[in-house]
Amino acid sequence: MTCPVTIRIQEDDFDIAREIAVLTKSRTDIGAVVSFSGICRADEESAKIAALTLEHYPGMAEEEIKRHVEEATSRWPLNGVTVIHRVGRLMPGQNIVLVLTASQHRQAAFQAAEFLMDYLKTSAPFWKKEESATGTGWVEAHARDDEAAARWTKS
Amino acid sequence: MKVKYFAWVRERVGKAEETIEPPGSVRTVEELIAWLSGQSEAHAYAFEKPKVIRAAIDRAHVKSDAVIAGAGEIAFFPPMTGG
Repeated sequence: MTCPVTIRIQEDDFDIAREIAVLTKSRTDIGAVVSFSGICRADEESAKIAALTLEHYPGMAEEEIKRHVEEATSRWPLNGVTVIHRVGRLMPGQNIVLVLTASQHRQAAFQAAEFLMDYLKTSAPFWKKEESATGTGWVEAHARDDEAAARWTKS
Repeated sequence: MKVKYFAWVRERVGKAEETIEPPGSVRTVEELIAWLSGQSEAHAYAFEKPKVIRAAIDRAHVKSDAVIAGAGEIAFFPPMTGG
């Protein structure tokens, strides 16, 4: 079973349909593709967000995502994984992150996509800064994200 | 050794990276944070809550008791908020 892996960190937007087409091109062994996209949201608890700026640790971000993709491919029978994370200044409604997981059956694809997203949130070195009418500030990490990632270590 | 800072740690220190030469008595990440805090008011501000700060040695996450000997690049940053 071949499992091509694509990991990209970029300022540009991505086209979900195109990425799925690339992942599944000339493949007849894939029966399921799960796509998760994270989108910049305007409504936060405090104030309307005007924009988000995403900073990352070049080099480590790619390596950390790769480590988790490798763990995902060892845990589930995957036939392809694509992870694209955008950096720079993003406006509400714009794409932030894309995770695609392909497998023969849906369960593996669903679980691997969720696993990857949970770890992207808590251990990939990216940071969000929010701009709103009241000023700018760094987004604080949520305990709920740590809890979501921790459930994958229970065995 | 090279030290890198990200997000609000970078903003508080006032620079993205610097080269440092801590004394040999500074052995762990935790001890390096304490030593860095004494370097300037900006560093002290960045590291005022050392338990919040995350660290990576040569682009891999480490805990505060990790030994820094042999490290090429040490990074300090707040908890991650990507995805």
